[in-house]
Amino acid sequence: MFRKPALITFITAGDPNIKATLEFLLTLDKYSEVIELGIPFSDPMADGKAIQKANVRALKAGTKVKDVFNVVREFREHSETPIVLMTYYNPVYRRGVERFVAEAKESGVNAMIVVDLPLEEAGEYLNVCEKYEMGTVFLAAPNTPDDRLRMIDEASSAFVYLISLYGTTGARDKLSQLAFDLLNRAKRVCSKPLAVGFGVSKAEHVRELIKAGADGVVVGSAIVDIIGKYGEEAIDPLEEKLKELRSGLIL
Amino acid sequence: MKFGEFGGQFVPEVLIPPLKELEKAYERLKDDEEFKKELDYYLRNYAGRPTPLYFAKNLTEKLGGAKIYLKREDLLHSGAHKINNTIGQALLAKKMGKTRLIAETGAGQHGVATAIAGALLGLKVDVYMGAEDVERQKMNVFRMKLLGAEVIPVHSGSKTLKDAINEALRDWVATFEYTHYLIGSVVGPHPYPTMVRDFQSVIGRETKRQILELEGTLPDAIVACVGGGSNAIGIFHPFIEDRSVRLIGVEAAGKGLSTGKHSASLCAGEKGVLHGMLSYFLQDEDGQIATTHSIAAGLDYPGVGPEHAWLKESGRAEYVAVTDDQALKAFVELSKTEGILPALESAHALAYAMELAKEMNNDEIIVVNLSGRGDKDLGIVMEALSCSVSQPL
Repeated sequence: MFRKPALITFITAGDPNIKATLEFLLTLDKYSEVIELGIPFSDPMADGKAIQKANVRALKAGTKVKDVFNVVREFREHSETPIVLMTYYNPVYRRGVERFVAEAKESGVNAMIVVDLPLEEAGEYLNVCEKYEMGTVFLAAPNTPDDRLRMIDEASSAFVYLISLYGTTGARDKLSQLAFDLLNRAKRVCSKPLAVGFGVSKAEHVRELIKAGADGVVVGSAIVDIIGKYGEEAIDPLEEKLKELRSGLIL
Repeated sequence: MKFGEFGGQFVPEVLIPPLKELEKAYERLKDDEEFKKELDYYLRNYAGRPTPLYFAKNLTEKLGGAKIYLKREDLLHSGAHKINNTIGQALLAKKMGKTRLIAETGAGQHGVATAIAGALLGLKVDVYMGAEDVERQKMNVFRMKLLGAEVIPVHSGSKTLKDAINEALRDWVATFEYTHYLIGSVVGPHPYPTMVRDFQSVIGRETKRQILELEGTLPDAIVACVGGGSNAIGIFHPFIEDRSVRLIGVEAAGKGLSTGKHSASLCAGEKGVLHGMLSYFLQDEDGQIATTHSIAAGLDYPGVGPEHAWLKESGRAEYVAVTDDQALKAFVELSKTEGILPALESAHALAYAMELAKEMNNDEIIVVNLSGRGDKDLGIVMEALSCSVSQPL
């Protein structure tokens, strides 16, 4: 679904408000092959401090699921860059899986990641995504055995998201060896594009992972941190960070 | 393993292997004679099982209806039923080669029970507790520290129990190789709801034996409070096939179901997915989880165990809700008539049972699970009744 190598950037929708989200999306668009947009959730248990705080800010600003769909629709008037919606399962389940996926598709979302929906629970979701031609992305972790990795690859129609470490999202100083071990295994086992995320925050990380064979690299917390610091005024520092990250794509 | 459509394993991929490891270990050990003997040894000689099934004669006579029996889990070491589960899981963790326990706690009861199990079995214990609860429950924080545990205040989200669970899960995704997450109720991803139920079912098995000895018949109703629902499942489960026994779970109606300030997820919630399970949750139309209220910290949780969701849906159990004020009245009533201070959680079950008893005949029997003792709640009760030690109640 994307040009390789890909810089995949993440922000939480509605942080600090939904109007700013459109501005940020347009900024990210200049530097990203794919944009991941997070639906804010009251209980983001897979996320570290930076994205937790972003969720709190977005919900405080009154962000609703329909606002997230609307902002994607507005973004689509300007750009064709793929948007991957990242969400916890409850907002999907509560709305009804079919209604959620249909609305997401209609607004211009290309694929979805549901953080707390492993394959075992994903039967209905997979059927619905197929029906509406919504791309699917499943996560794999360093402790995911090969046979499971194969199943995850099969269920992921857009790309496979490799988690680089044991822990939550959040910027780290150094990449873990676990990331490279997993990437090497996944290259053997998987047929879909491979994106690596969690703990990736610098151009140097991006370069190391692309060199090691990743098709894409996901940066979230490092970007969200800038929004946390500068709020609506984050455009300039964001551009600076994105340029730096992008330099990592040049080997 | 699901309860109808409820339960499941709605967790990030990284937790699937540790959950499978746990399930395998539990399946292997639960019928292992050595393990059962060891658990039984600690429950008897350390925790104080079996607990009495006490006929509350004064209360029964005062109400003039059904006979009320109290299952005295409040007499266990640590003062509540939580220890049935913490010793079980801590033993299991040890057999799995884990060296560290983590736990979430609201009021601190489960944290204390985990700290006790850790001290007993030589495991390091870290307890996650909402920053607000740390403030409100200083004594239990101190208790945990005395028992050698570390208490980690959680500043995220609403700073209460659900956030403590989120934080414990965040810890576990990074540390599962040497850490067991000791969940305190029949909630969370499979196998927790089943495993915790099995460890707590000792309450119901004893109750059945005791009531048959005392009355020669099964009770007509069993009443227990429901937050996550572990004491209720513990006493209900051995009676599920006994269709003549009404099973009644009592949730916290807080300041009233219409006020939105309650934690009655079965009575007023919707189906949803959180903390690894499909169950009932208090939430808005976008699936954002609500903040809850109950005077009983142990009931102050926006969800409920999936087996309760299923028992409700299948009609096998009934669920009702009791307000803070009703629970307080029952707290005072039991103290005066029987000389027993119930935990505010258990006082919810008692409050409903007292109403129910009046509508029943005096040859009928109600068993109330007195899941904990009320000493921990004295400050809250004193404040709520706005009384001082020098005034009469």
